[in-house]
Amino acid sequence: MPLAKRIIPCLDVDRGRVVKGIRFLELRDAGDPVECAQAYDRAMADELVFLDITASHENRKTVLEMVEKVAETIYIPFTVGGGINSIRDIRDLLAAGCDKVPINTAAIYDETILSEASARFGCQCIVSAIDCRKQGPNTWEVYSHGGRKPCGRDTITWAKRVVELGAGEILLTSMDRDGTRQGYDLELLRAVTQAVNVPVIASGGVGTLQHLADGILTGGADAVLAASIFHFGEFKIHETKEYLAQQGIPVRMS
Amino acid sequence: MLLIVDYGMSNLRSVAKACEGLGAEVTVSGDPGRIELAEKLILPGVGAFGHAVAELQSRGLIAPLKAFVAAQKPFLGICLGLQLLFDSSEEAPGISGLGILPGKIARFPGLPGLKIPHMGWNQLSIIRKECPLFKNVPDLSYAYFVHSYFAAAAECTIAAECTYGVRFTAAAWQNHIFGVQFHPEKSQATGLKILKNFIDLKASQC
Repeated sequence: MPLAKRIIPCLDVDRGRVVKGIRFLELRDAGDPVECAQAYDRAMADELVFLDITASHENRKTVLEMVEKVAETIYIPFTVGGGINSIRDIRDLLAAGCDKVPINTAAIYDETILSEASARFGCQCIVSAIDCRKQGPNTWEVYSHGGRKPCGRDTITWAKRVVELGAGEILLTSMDRDGTRQGYDLELLRAVTQAVNVPVIASGGVGTLQHLADGILTGGADAVLAASIFHFGEFKIHETKEYLAQQGIPVRMS
Repeated sequence: MLLIVDYGMSNLRSVAKACEGLGAEVTVSGDPGRIELAEKLILPGVGAFGHAVAELQSRGLIAPLKAFVAAQKPFLGICLGLQLLFDSSEEAPGISGLGILPGKIARFPGLPGLKIPHMGWNQLSIIRKECPLFKNVPDLSYAYFVHSYFAAAAECTIAAECTYGVRFTAAAWQNHIFGVQFHPEKSQATGLKILKNFIDLKASQC
């Protein structure tokens, strides 16, 4: 079997608490990031992403404490992001125990953060998070500030650039699809996965298991990220992997 | 005492916590004087080969690490820590590794569709089932990898292989010297079993 495709649940965190919680029967406290992480570790998620949606300066300490606790509890890789804008932020997060950090807005305004971080910490831990919206046929515009601000850049050009700068992975979110449950923007995904030779995580729009399969088979994604379909107990990770395996997608079952 | 060598090239929390959870008495330190006091040693590491060698040099760790190996005590290199055991790396031409195992570190070939880094869960083909690290670890177990370079080890030192465009060394083994390219501390039950096997190792078994 080749390298397994990764299934990545994404958790939104606000002031150290998981937003909206996770509807898993076995959880005592559905808002506790450590409990949620453990539940996904047991369920055989391949990796986890935490997004700090507050991302304020005052909140940094809370996030770092959360990272430390999660790192001591689970034995799968995890990514923590949201509002990272300096080498120091990256260093603090990695030192607290997370494996990868996504950099988004900061790189758009000063791309040297990617090259510096990659040279210093290794490209394997530097993820370039790209949020974008469709602009026209085969063109998508990059947005900063959590998808709120258009920044006049073409997504494909930017994706190639972040790889040159040293990003080891791309987390690609379609703002058009995010929250719609209509499936990934497969054209966008295909355009990016064909343009770069680093792994690409598909994000934004998952509503069914077939959407995950499409992201991999049609979009060429190396990993698929989803939130609501996992958190609300709609689909279990194991069931998801069985579904993908039936379509010939390599997944880690045990 | 199990010493986890801190030379600024890795987050050591996961490795240390995993080993402690498995019952080891763990010390995390970058003090060269601590190395000879250790019974077992883990050399972790992520990042660039050249930078890692420079860090080991500037902290005065190279000679103590070589002396530890010469004393026949169990040594485990993880990821970059495995790569450092070899002579040299294409990542840093002209810079010598520890030279403890024969072979060199090569970059994955630029094949169409082969994403670099090799990142994610891949299967271990256990070549030498008698290797103590793989006791009770089934063949084709998944482990978590993240790397752009791999060890082209001498045939006789390959304990497990993995395939990603090419077949490469997933685990190297020679007597009391072990190295794994994957991250056991990020490989769930499989990884914890491998760490446990290392922790339980008696010097006489090597």
